[in-house]
Amino acid sequence: MTDTPAATPADRLARATPPRVARKIRGLSDRAIAWIFVAPTIFLLLAVNIFPLIWTINLSFTNFRANRNREVEYIGFRNYERILTDSDIWLTMQATAHFLFWTILIQVLIGFTLAWLINRKFRGNDLWTTIIVLPMMLSPAVVGNFWTFLYQPQIGLFNYVVSFFTGADPSSFSMIGQVNLAPWAIVIVDTWMWTPFIMLICLAGLRSIPDYIYEAAEVDRASPWRQFWTITVPMALPFLMLAVLFRGIENFKMFDLVVQLTGGGPGSVTELTSINLKREAFEKWRTGYASAYAVILFVTVFGLASIYVKALNKVKER
Amino acid sequence: MRDFLSGLARLRRGPWEAVASALIGLGVVMLMQPFVMVAYTYSFIVTLTGTVMFLIVSHFPE
Repeated sequence: MTDTPAATPADRLARATPPRVARKIRGLSDRAIAWIFVAPTIFLLLAVNIFPLIWTINLSFTNFRANRNREVEYIGFRNYERILTDSDIWLTMQATAHFLFWTILIQVLIGFTLAWLINRKFRGNDLWTTIIVLPMMLSPAVVGNFWTFLYQPQIGLFNYVVSFFTGADPSSFSMIGQVNLAPWAIVIVDTWMWTPFIMLICLAGLRSIPDYIYEAAEVDRASPWRQFWTITVPMALPFLMLAVLFRGIENFKMFDLVVQLTGGGPGSVTELTSINLKREAFEKWRTGYASAYAVILFVTVFGLASIYVKALNKVKER
Repeated sequence: MRDFLSGLARLRRGPWEAVASALIGLGVVMLMQPFVMVAYTYSFIVTLTGTVMFLIVSHFPE
């Protein structure tokens, strides 16, 4: 068996396979070979995703505490009952709803507008895209840390910018220290960091619209306003919805940025569900209770994602 | 409305998915609204019912 000059690497590999192994492989069906290739991934998925999920559901019905070596008792739905009658957790749900609603609304508006502007052909738009995308590339911990400096009442740049436009004394307000301003402080930082992500996805959507549709609309003497609402928006909508889905899920479990920025304070006004959940699980060590909390959040996100994906498919079919 | 009801009666996917989606949406609103504590208490059962229903009815015929 010598290599001919025309032999491909695959041919050479096939020849190098010992005959005994080659016979065995030849005996397998295509389906079996496919399973052999897919099995490690499925195993990994089961071990890393499905097993912990089932284990969490199991723990949610117990009084298990990970820091105590005592017998675990099954207590039925008592953890769920406690969570769903706890007014503090209700407040964290409201804080999360405020954060989710405003971040997504503002990011969609600014992100889509930026994408629409960048999509216009002008000199240096690649450079502008790179500059706009920069915040997204930073670590959330770093962003949280330097925004705490920007928000400092005495030395923070943010307060000086606000005072420049409003005339208010820069040290008269504290974005992360005041109960009424702190929820907006985290919305501003998340918007600053993640609007470029929405912009990029919308830009992909806008660039996928063929020019001939606009040319046909111009031939029909459609105004730019009408072109925007009847061509641009409907054709970029699936991309926009996808961006909202990604940001919605991400912001529902927002943790690092807010912990670094406000630590959930002042009081618990910016304590989002993921921060509260971490405190229950790893500070108070109420593992069973925290598991039930995680299951409630999981079902909520899963349910929302299901209807959202259905809506997305409908828009794509149009 | 009549089509919707007949779709429900004939176990068709569209109307049943609409019902499940409405339940999920209602559950999420109940979970995050700041007005009524009782609504918050029953939000999870509504969302769970909607989600399980959605998983089942998405296998119904069109």
